[in-house]
Amino acid sequence: MTASPSLHPGQAPQTVQGAGHSPAPVPRRRSLLRRQVIPGFTLSMGITLGWLSLIVLIPLAGLVIRASGLPLDRWITVLTDTRLLAALRLSFGGALIAALINGVLGLIVAWVLVRYPFPGRKLIDSMIDLPFALPTAVAGIALSALYAPNGWLGSLLAPLGIKVAFTPLGAVVAMVFIGLPFVVRTVQPVLEDIDVELEEAAACLGASRRQTFWMVQLPTIAPALATGISLAFARAVGEYGSVIFIAGNLPRVSEIAPLLIVTRLEQYDYVGATAIATIMLAASFILLLIVNVLQKWNRDRQGGLR
Amino acid sequence: MIDLQQIHKTFGAFTALDHVSLSIPRGRMVALLGPSGSGKTTLLRIIAGLEHADGGIIRLDGQDATDLSARDRRIGFVFQHYALFRHMTVADNVAFGLKVRPRDSRPSKDEIRERVSTLLKLVHLDGLAGRYPTQLSGGQRQRVALARALAVEPRLLLLDEPFGALDAQVRKDLRRWMRRLHDDMGLTSVFVTHDQEEALELADDVVVMSHGRIEQIGTPADIYDNPATPFVYQFLGNATRLAATVQGGTAHLNGWQIPATAPDGAAVAFIRPHDWTLEDAAAGANATLRHASVLGSSLRLDVTLEDGQDIEVDIRRDAGQAVPAAGSALRLTPNRVAVFPATA
Repeated sequence: MTASPSLHPGQAPQTVQGAGHSPAPVPRRRSLLRRQVIPGFTLSMGITLGWLSLIVLIPLAGLVIRASGLPLDRWITVLTDTRLLAALRLSFGGALIAALINGVLGLIVAWVLVRYPFPGRKLIDSMIDLPFALPTAVAGIALSALYAPNGWLGSLLAPLGIKVAFTPLGAVVAMVFIGLPFVVRTVQPVLEDIDVELEEAAACLGASRRQTFWMVQLPTIAPALATGISLAFARAVGEYGSVIFIAGNLPRVSEIAPLLIVTRLEQYDYVGATAIATIMLAASFILLLIVNVLQKWNRDRQGGLR
Repeated sequence: MIDLQQIHKTFGAFTALDHVSLSIPRGRMVALLGPSGSGKTTLLRIIAGLEHADGGIIRLDGQDATDLSARDRRIGFVFQHYALFRHMTVADNVAFGLKVRPRDSRPSKDEIRERVSTLLKLVHLDGLAGRYPTQLSGGQRQRVALARALAVEPRLLLLDEPFGALDAQVRKDLRRWMRRLHDDMGLTSVFVTHDQEEALELADDVVVMSHGRIEQIGTPADIYDNPATPFVYQFLGNATRLAATVQGGTAHLNGWQIPATAPDGAAVAFIRPHDWTLEDAAAGANATLRHASVLGSSLRLDVTLEDGQDIEVDIRRDAGQAVPAAGSALRLTPNRVAVFPATA
């Protein structure tokens, strides 16, 4: 899993200027160390940077340094390898499809959990988190048993000519499974906070239920939904355990990029593995950065929500 | 013309509205006045169709609207906290009601723009069409909410505590402006408030509510001068409540004898602070002054009556007039007294 967008956008440490009088002759000190209204900035920022370095930045930097040792012609060979390109297409394309499916279905699940009281709601609510907790290999085995041509669901789909297990479709199914909680858990709190009065106001103005949803409610939860979808996407791009059991891992067809990395490692091709990893890292980072920048732009345009 | 008959509403064991009947003629501005929990907001929401009555009939312009949804009632509603759509600009908020109309009755884009700009001019927000609600002050948001509600040309405008969330000065200005707008546009409006001053200043008719029931309906002068129940007496304006006894059509109170229609037995009398006459104490004092304070053009006297009850008296004060000393003996006569049978 690579850099993921923050669940709480806009909570970066804030630099608020001290409002006190400043004696003129004192030379200006470095801006970071100027007096703050909110105390503890230096300490908490230090911990943040130290921890991030230890856990995220140093390992990733090691990866990049390793990859930078690769000569240009090796890069070209790696980048033009059709097997790798197919694997990347499945990893990113499949993750995108899975994230979008999760966007729609996760929204519906969150909607039902928030808005309608029904028996067993608490139970279903806690089941949402299971894909978080379950070892992904278990999920992969369960899904492939279910969707195999002789499995419960696979045997129903087989007569229709739909094959799920051991095809790229299987990879998408596994990615949907592991991504669902991300959407539900980011959308749920925002849905809970939506003011009922907005709906009532729309109704008094003559809007139908459908118009109220598309014009009032969906735009209100859109930022959270986008965050949830990008989290689900990031998770699916990096997913390994569940996908390799159900996808069949046919090179150029149903092989995902993380598996290709492992394959290269098993062949002691460390440089090749590093190159693929670097490509995945860069692509994920750029995509998530775009999503975050878009969201920030949207927030600023509206004068800051709340 | 809005006609409500026997509207009944309970929330669990709590009776929010107890068979309320009310009719609102076209062009009037009506205040629903009462303490919190009196059912006034529930009544407003039932008129709007946001809440459904357990029983009763609602007629709008003679047509039965009891089962009509909020969407089809053509009633404008301004929420206490405005409920503006945060992701839309001021102009888009105002245009919302027009944009959601079915295709065949929806005005063209140009007509909508025209109408929005007229409305924004009307509420003095013409320069702010492109702003988002978070970039506006409370008073501005309120006017956006109002313009949004007026955009659909409602047959009735409902306002829930319209000035509740504003600070005192803005509230005063907005109140006057609102009344003018109502008259200029020929609106019919109903607003909910717990502020008696607001109700008396703004409304043509005031509906005083308590415990899910209507206590009195009347013009501001009407309900101030002739409160129908002890509740109205105490809720509207200042009034001193005194214990009295009624016998054969006469109430006895601190030696005064006041004609009363209440049945024999214990009773309560209400007297407004300004309904007293201060006479020469030489003719026989019946009260003692505890404290006197000057309130500009009037004099506020805290007085203990002979029978031990404390009252408040406001009398006119001329400039330079001497302030009576605490402890001096007074002779007071009430000008207007309302006597009700004592309950509970």
